[in-house]
Amino acid sequence: MSAVAYAVPSILIFATAAVLILVGAIGVITLKNPVHSALSLIMTLFGVAIAFVAQSADFLAAVQIIVYAGAIVVLFLFVIMFLGVDRRQHVSVEPLVGQRVFAAVGVVITIAGVIALMAKAHWVTGAMSVSTNGVALATGQDNVKQLGTAVFTTYLFAFEATAALLVIAVVGAVLLARRERSLQSDEVEV
Amino acid sequence: MNVPAAWYLVLAALLFGVGAFGLLTRRSALIMFMCVELMLNAVNLTFVTFARTLSDIGGQATVFFVMVVAAAEVTVGLGIVVAVFRRRSSISVDELSELKG
Repeated sequence: MSAVAYAVPSILIFATAAVLILVGAIGVITLKNPVHSALSLIMTLFGVAIAFVAQSADFLAAVQIIVYAGAIVVLFLFVIMFLGVDRRQHVSVEPLVGQRVFAAVGVVITIAGVIALMAKAHWVTGAMSVSTNGVALATGQDNVKQLGTAVFTTYLFAFEATAALLVIAVVGAVLLARRERSLQSDEVEV
Repeated sequence: MNVPAAWYLVLAALLFGVGAFGLLTRRSALIMFMCVELMLNAVNLTFVTFARTLSDIGGQATVFFVMVVAAAEVTVGLGIVVAVFRRRSSISVDELSELKG
């Protein structure tokens, strides 16, 4: 299993995705300005989209860019600018003593444990899909067809449930963000 | 031939770790939401890798649903952030301590 056996383009694609993902992720947690963090998050999302394309998940890569980078991050930026919190965030202040150290130790133990477990179990265990008879997943247009067929047949109930969830979420967000004077004064008295 | 699945799984684990560390250490509610997005993306990457390795479209379908739920979560979460900021003019989670006994 030497790396030489794998085609150079796929290694280059992986390296590009890895650099984008990790640099963006570290940017999100280290940059002081929330706007910079949001832009750094876009970088990570593009890296993940590259990894999706490299693994024949073309439709999901497009959704990743459109929904995540296009909608969710813009929502973040809207809220950041709406609230006017794009000032410095005191990153250096540590409210709980030793919090960073404990967090780092916990995260390292978790990651090392996960990687050790996966390596011991030969990384990927489980049965090959019977629906595809072990043939590799399709790419491009056929990927959309395959995924659409799965979502609208096997996962139809989950699909309908997400529709309801989205409606509930939108109504809930409107209720939460609405400014209502009378209600607020009542709650303050309590 | 594509790179082995293990590489992508390790990359996803690292991304999850960075997101978890940020979630535990940053105090701004907005940044914490972004870190949750990082962790969700790490899990999505794992799902897609397993879908590729096992030739099972179910992994990609799951990612599809995770994205929908993430969008709903961000909508409600940012609504809460806006509501909290209206009342307290701060989104630092350290200051939300009314419930402590």
